Amino acid sequence: MDQPRVDMQNISKSFGGIHALKEVSLKVKAGEIHALVGENGAGKSTLMKILSGAYQKDSGVIKINGQTASIPSPHAGRKLGIGTIYQEFALAPDLTVAENIFLDHLGSLKGFIHRKKLYAKASELINRLGFDIQPQRLVGQLSIAYQQVVEICKALSQNAEILILDEPTAVLSPTEAEKLFITLKKLQSQGVAIIYISHRLEEIFQIADTISILKDGQITGQVCPDEVTTDQIIQRMIGRQITSLFPERKNKVGDKILSINRLTSEKKIEDISFDLHAGEILGFAGLVGSGRTETARAIFGADRIDQGTIHYQGKPIHIKSPTDALKAGIGLIPEDRKHQGAILPLPIEKNISLPSLWRNYQTAGLINQSKETKDTIDYIQKLKIKTSGPKERVENLSGGNQQKVVLAKWLGGHCSVLIFDEPTRGVDVGAKAEIYQLIQELAQQGLGIIIISSEMIELIGLCNRAIVMREGRIQGELQQKELSEENIMKLAIMKQTA
Amino acid sequence: MTKLKSTLNILLQYNTLIIFCLLLIISSMISDSFLTQRNIFNLLRQHADIGIISMGMLLVILTGGIDLSVGSMVAFTSVLTAYFVKNGIPLGFTTLSGSIPAAIIMTIFLGMLLGSVSGFLIANRRIAPFIATLAMMSIVSGFAFMVSKGYPIELDESATALQNFGSGYLLGVPYPVWLLFIVFFMILITLRYTVFGRIVIAIGSNETAVRLSGIRVGIYTFLVYTILGGLTALAGIVTTARTNIGTYSRGIGLELDVIAAVVLGGASLSGGKGTAVNTLLGVLILAMVGNIMIHMNIPIQTQKVIKGGIIILAVLLQGLQSKISEKQ
Ligand SMILES: Nc1ncnc2c1ncn2[C@@H]1O[C@H](COP(=O)(O)OP(=O)(O)OP(=O)(O)O)[C@@H](O)[C@H]1O
Ligand SMILES: [Mg+2]
Repeated sequence: MDQPRVDMQNISKSFGGIHALKEVSLKVKAGEIHALVGENGAGKSTLMKILSGAYQKDSGVIKINGQTASIPSPHAGRKLGIGTIYQEFALAPDLTVAENIFLDHLGSLKGFIHRKKLYAKASELINRLGFDIQPQRLVGQLSIAYQQVVEICKALSQNAEILILDEPTAVLSPTEAEKLFITLKKLQSQGVAIIYISHRLEEIFQIADTISILKDGQITGQVCPDEVTTDQIIQRMIGRQITSLFPERKNKVGDKILSINRLTSEKKIEDISFDLHAGEILGFAGLVGSGRTETARAIFGADRIDQGTIHYQGKPIHIKSPTDALKAGIGLIPEDRKHQGAILPLPIEKNISLPSLWRNYQTAGLINQSKETKDTIDYIQKLKIKTSGPKERVENLSGGNQQKVVLAKWLGGHCSVLIFDEPTRGVDVGAKAEIYQLIQELAQQGLGIIIISSEMIELIGLCNRAIVMREGRIQGELQQKELSEENIMKLAIMKQTA
Repeated sequence: MTKLKSTLNILLQYNTLIIFCLLLIISSMISDSFLTQRNIFNLLRQHADIGIISMGMLLVILTGGIDLSVGSMVAFTSVLTAYFVKNGIPLGFTTLSGSIPAAIIMTIFLGMLLGSVSGFLIANRRIAPFIATLAMMSIVSGFAFMVSKGYPIELDESATALQNFGSGYLLGVPYPVWLLFIVFFMILITLRYTVFGRIVIAIGSNETAVRLSGIRVGIYTFLVYTILGGLTALAGIVTTARTNIGTYSRGIGLELDVIAAVVLGGASLSGGKGTAVNTLLGVLILAMVGNIMIHMNIPIQTQKVIKGGIIILAVLLQGLQSKISEKQ
């Protein structure tokens, strides 16, 4: 009687020579939150794309409510009551928030779109989640975190009976994630079957009823959160222990390298002033929409600077474009890997070499392709990028591995200031440790590092100092010994005085 | 099952080459004289101009742009060549006459200048390529009319060198065909081995990511239209040399043939996809289709319908291909 809502049996899938999934079985009951964990490239997203209809399985059976189902397309999936939030967003950037949310049933309004009604419905949905986004804004202009919120609303608008969430919190700060969890709990009590993928293990322990662990395309275990510890899960995920996630802080903070004075940009940030020192790791904390990304983009020349000055090693510099910033030695690793970081249809090696083509990879305008390939192989090993080789196209990589490619683009550059915007978005614990180590090494070499992160642990474990922003302004600054979740949150949500 | 799929995939991947081979077979079946060296070189010579422009258009389309002005540009530059050769080059204070090389260089220079105007409007003033080059199309065809005063300008005996270039052979291959091959190889090498070519392709794939990699996208966009302008002028010169006449009515609708050739070669109009080899194949496909239709005495109107149909077919094939590779 008590048959599972979702019953995937012996699902296999390969891409060319790579076996992404080998005989994977997964059962999810109604009213269950089932977490799926595993390292980058383990096959989590692939399994979910097969369930939602985006990919076709090679073999195996899928049963929905006990009945064998064929899901040849995402449309068919939706008809079966499967709502999906993909890891890589599927939003139309030129449409409004409201249009995106209701994209699939815009037609039900008899061919005409009743804007007022649409906006009202969208507003209601967004508010119910506890957010505040104007429904008439264009999605392309939203920060990546707000895009994530729109994705969530879109999936919820379909009243799905089965809800798949592939790393929905990777760019959300704890406050926003909390709002999502409340919604998920509500849906759970209504009997929705929820499959939840995340690399943030603490939240999995917080909300999941069951945890399935995927490794190299196979399920290696299914456990209840109260029976295991985080370390045991990690051990099963990556096959080894992680003794310390964060490297020892051996970097020495040196002279002032970058000095930002009263920066104001495009009405999004106001009066931002701070200094960055050589060898320093400076964190930027704050809620979604607090202006951290906008600050980085202004310094990098990606957004217009309306007021304020930037001094580099004591000399004023004028940055009007990313090219100017790069010439001055400032690099930015953007948060939005799909639209801003990676060129998906190009191979890994062509992505990694792009920012340093003219500097490192050419003679007389001809590309030194063997050096390009060799360097890429080095990065693949160093960052543990799971791939068939340097010529694999980036779009074929798993989300976390795409993120590593975007990071690698900037490591070969000649930057003396590097700004990382959500550097470990979607990266598994093992690779996180590697990336932290790498950032620590860069700081030891004397680079000035800025890290924007919605994971507070990351800032606490890595930074020498952190600046907390709120509503486009700097709210306060915390020294290393003052860094704690409590202190950060206090500043991040503090009401402004005076 | 999977085997069938992968065969289908390969068929679709090489569809340009396959269509090319099929047409080659059909052509030689329809006419015994098709596969003669003479006929083939003639066909190539007639399509050298379209081929040369297609190579430049490929660069533009790779960045995600388009240039509708190439037809007018051919008219204008063919008029200019004939005018310069016949009347000399007016330099304000004096007139430089009797020099064919000077006429050629001046024409190419003006072609690049006009191309760079489109490039500037698109890269710097951010006008959509379609609109900017549509306006240029009108402007340039006006120029062509003004310079020629509405009459064809015929080359006279003083221009035998140019005429020889249009109709003569080097090592058994017509000069214009040599030119086409040289341009083809240069674009091939540019796209495969140079930083410039790499960045052009990258821009068409994801402009934002390229810009955030610290690359000045505008410069490359500008250059691409300038190069196309120069190549179009070269094609205009070739046309004049081949036909002995420069006239404002030349090149009408030629932009369609050029864009069709590039698309038949599998390039995507949204950018980032396309190769020099396939574009050349696209030109040859177009040439053969035209040849077959003439051979079968198909009226010109019907020819147009068929050509349009072929373009639609090519794009549909492309769509099918990307769909299949997405779904696996
Ligand atoms: N379209 C594709 N073509 C080729 N290989 C693919 C494709 N999609 C996924 N893969 C490969 O399948 C494997 C599993 O990828 P998947 O995206 O499911 O990983 P994941 O567990 O979601 O990882 P992450 O945590 O990084 O998101 C990877 O090795 C990936 O390279
Ligand atoms: Mg994934």
